[in-house]
Amino acid sequence: MKNATSTTNRSTGRNVLGTSALRPDGVAKTQGNFAFSSDFQAENMLWGATLRSPHPHARVVSIDPTEAWKIAGVEAIIFADDVPGKATYGLIASDQPVFARDVVRYMGEPVAAVAADHPETCRRALAAIKVVYEQLPVLSDMDAAIDPSTPAIHPDGNVIRHQRIVSGDPNIVGDVVVEGTYEIGMQDQAFLGLEAALAYPDPGGAGVELVVATQWLHEDRKQIADCLGLSPEKVRLVLGGVGGAFGAREDISLQVHTCLLALRTGRPVKVQYSREESFFGHVHRHPGRIHLRHHADRSGKLVKVEGWMKLDGGAYASTSAAVLINGITHLQGPYACDNAVLDAWATRTNNPPCGAMRGFGVVQACFAHEGQMDRLAEALGMSPVDIRLVNAMKTGDKLFTGQVVDSVAPVARCIRETADIPLPPEPSRVTGSLELPGGSGRTSDPGHIRRGVGWGVSIKNLMYSEGFDDSAEAKCTLADGVATLKFATAEVGQGFVVLAQQIARTVLGVDTVILDTIDTQIGSAGSTSASRQTWMSGGAVDGACRLVRERLFEHVAHLHNLDPLQLVIEGTEIVDTLGPLRVAVADASTGLRIEQTFLHRHRATEELDENGQGNCHVAFAFVAHRAVVDVDTDLGLVKVVQIATAQDVGQVLNPMALLGQIEGGIAQGLGLAVMEEIVVDDGIVRNPSFTDYLLPTALDAPDVVAIPIEEYEPLAPLGAKGVGEPPCISVTPAIVAAIRNATGRAIMRTPVRPQDICLAD
Amino acid sequence: MTETTAFYELNVNGSRREVRDSWIGESLLYVLRERLGLMGSKGACEQGECGSCTVMLDGDAVCSCLVLSASAVGSEILTVEGLAPNGEPSDVQRAFVDQGAVQCGFCTPGLIVAVHHLLDNNPDPTMIEVKEALSGNICRCTGYGRIFAAVETVVAVRKGARS
Ligand code: FES
Ligand code: FES
Repeated sequence: MKNATSTTNRSTGRNVLGTSALRPDGVAKTQGNFAFSSDFQAENMLWGATLRSPHPHARVVSIDPTEAWKIAGVEAIIFADDVPGKATYGLIASDQPVFARDVVRYMGEPVAAVAADHPETCRRALAAIKVVYEQLPVLSDMDAAIDPSTPAIHPDGNVIRHQRIVSGDPNIVGDVVVEGTYEIGMQDQAFLGLEAALAYPDPGGAGVELVVATQWLHEDRKQIADCLGLSPEKVRLVLGGVGGAFGAREDISLQVHTCLLALRTGRPVKVQYSREESFFGHVHRHPGRIHLRHHADRSGKLVKVEGWMKLDGGAYASTSAAVLINGITHLQGPYACDNAVLDAWATRTNNPPCGAMRGFGVVQACFAHEGQMDRLAEALGMSPVDIRLVNAMKTGDKLFTGQVVDSVAPVARCIRETADIPLPPEPSRVTGSLELPGGSGRTSDPGHIRRGVGWGVSIKNLMYSEGFDDSAEAKCTLADGVATLKFATAEVGQGFVVLAQQIARTVLGVDTVILDTIDTQIGSAGSTSASRQTWMSGGAVDGACRLVRERLFEHVAHLHNLDPLQLVIEGTEIVDTLGPLRVAVADASTGLRIEQTFLHRHRATEELDENGQGNCHVAFAFVAHRAVVDVDTDLGLVKVVQIATAQDVGQVLNPMALLGQIEGGIAQGLGLAVMEEIVVDDGIVRNPSFTDYLLPTALDAPDVVAIPIEEYEPLAPLGAKGVGEPPCISVTPAIVAAIRNATGRAIMRTPVRPQDICLAD
Repeated sequence: MTETTAFYELNVNGSRREVRDSWIGESLLYVLRERLGLMGSKGACEQGECGSCTVMLDGDAVCSCLVLSASAVGSEILTVEGLAPNGEPSDVQRAFVDQGAVQCGFCTPGLIVAVHHLLDNNPDPTMIEVKEALSGNICRCTGYGRIFAAVETVVAVRKGARS
């Protein structure tokens, strides 16, 4: 199966930048013939499966596969000793074993893998492998992890990273001081398309090809090759259709296991996680505890922010170190403030490993700083809107890392335009209305419903930080009026495929844009994360198309004895701005083949010093959210009625795709506000299923009224900011603030549970 | 597998399809995908919670992950592939694309079947009826807004065609 890269859009108009061009993979996805990574099959294929630890912390005393080998159809059973290359992997620190050898550090850690003729055979084989564990004391508390007297559960220690920010006058005191401790639960990305991959071994085990759903093909390849003991060019990755990602596909999950099984058996091997295994197989959003003390003057202006942030990284480092820096550097929110004293820790515990999820540390920071802004407003007798307007950051303001915000920063405009959106009608007074909290349960008594309104505003860095050498490559080929684009950018649902076509149509004046297979046969595009692909891969596609256009203009200019600088693209034609020449791109490129590759880089960033000072981020985006909720205070039920939002997006490139990002992000933020939490008791995950881990359904979807704040961003190649993460960040504190407003309760944690509404205080 | 396997026939999208050497414990979703090559139905929970695997069984929308394949013998099974067999998208499929209701697309085939089922039985649903009917189909990407827009479009167009 090969995924469609159909090129002609049915809708009228030219589907250039700025239009709601339709996705090239859309029809195939509705018809069920778009190939997700789980949809690939191969001749003579085996199934693979992973044996995982049931304990959060234990010594592995012995592993005995004898009984499993007796099951007909079992072709391979592999353990830590069967890893030919590096025994560990990891995005930042290589601290996570491919298979646990002597010790397991979290519930669900891989211990062995099998390959067999049927998924049911695999299941039975896993059940037949005898592993003797000796349980060890479980380190599950962040404070215990930070305490130096606690025995280390990993050679790298129990603190993955500590960072401090001290800026301005640390001793300054405001007229008004408010403080609070905020808690954020562990959220799961819960993409729909479960982890799946199919590995094809090369003859003799010389190499391997892996079809996989991932966010970053080249980084996967590097880590896989290291573990397999192969050089990277012997490992070829092809992007299988990706059923959502949201950060959970940035780390290695089944990649190495699948390749190992294929190389061991000499046969294609497919591994596909169940939903339960998926909960154990990928990293989650860090749960956190944040204490903040905000100082302000009488006018409400922030004077100082002090406090601490603790994020639990769980058993292995993943991206915790980067998440932590994002978290602490965003604790001031989108507000000007010169003085700060802050400490942040990312801890290692025997809880599930945590890493990237949409918002990447800023979700946690925002929940705390927005709670604080409301406390300040209350202490000063101001409205939630006014306190935020008084402090709203603008271009040229300095962050407390010393970095000047030189991005477009329309924070006040985001707040004002959100405030201008009309409020929804009053709640239904009809008993049994499905619109009430409780929905189809029809449980709420309309007389007991209380309405609340709350605010959240956020700042989010775009792209990678701290000096990371980030780049994206793309190739454009123009031949006979048709452009072909090649890149390794993971399309995970966000719609880069349509954006790339729009760019090529706009720059080159072509209608037909073919997308080549997304694989490792070109340089890295970096990860589809950090709201970076529009800027990075968009910049690369734009750059490659521009180079092609230059060559095309040179060709046409040469033919007509003109200066190429006189030529421009108008629609689908090349036009001489100083003369009568007008020639269709399709005609001008007939018989030609122009191919250009472009590597896009953003400006360099720096690491923070020991006081947390430095230009560590590339650029920023802002957003405001206002939530309206109805709360049944008897039953502890919440219905999110409306989310109003205005988002700083730079140039709008595809209004419909933008709206999709906004609405989708809001639903995820709503999930974190009122229902989504991986419940972990002393390292034991209690709810690894969609029955017990609740996700927003169609009935939970609020009315979303969204206004894009369109101001061209000069730093960005297309004038456009990344739009993927901001929608999900401040919506969570806005909803929780609305619940506080409705109930009068000081709710300090998210997600808000029924008992927090009914029984708290 | 050495265990008892079964041979039976299923009626899928109007054709009789033989299922050979199937382990008796296989779900309808597994057989459709892995034995009959109909990859349109997706599995995202295999627990009846997400609706990605929705097919019609004798006209009812069901989660194919919860149906034992061998028990579907004698029933008429309609999968997403059978909704518009000639390759031209159905009005619902077209509206999903045109209205931006497709992002990653993993939920999409199940939703397409669910929307067809809804509108076959209730051609003019209120928005809350739409939401309730689709509340068994989880979409993690879109936040549902564009999906509702797609359904509204189809309802309006079909209404126009009737009047
Ligand atoms: S896979 Fe059948 S309902 Fe989720
Ligand atoms: S489009 Fe991704 S789950 Fe719905």
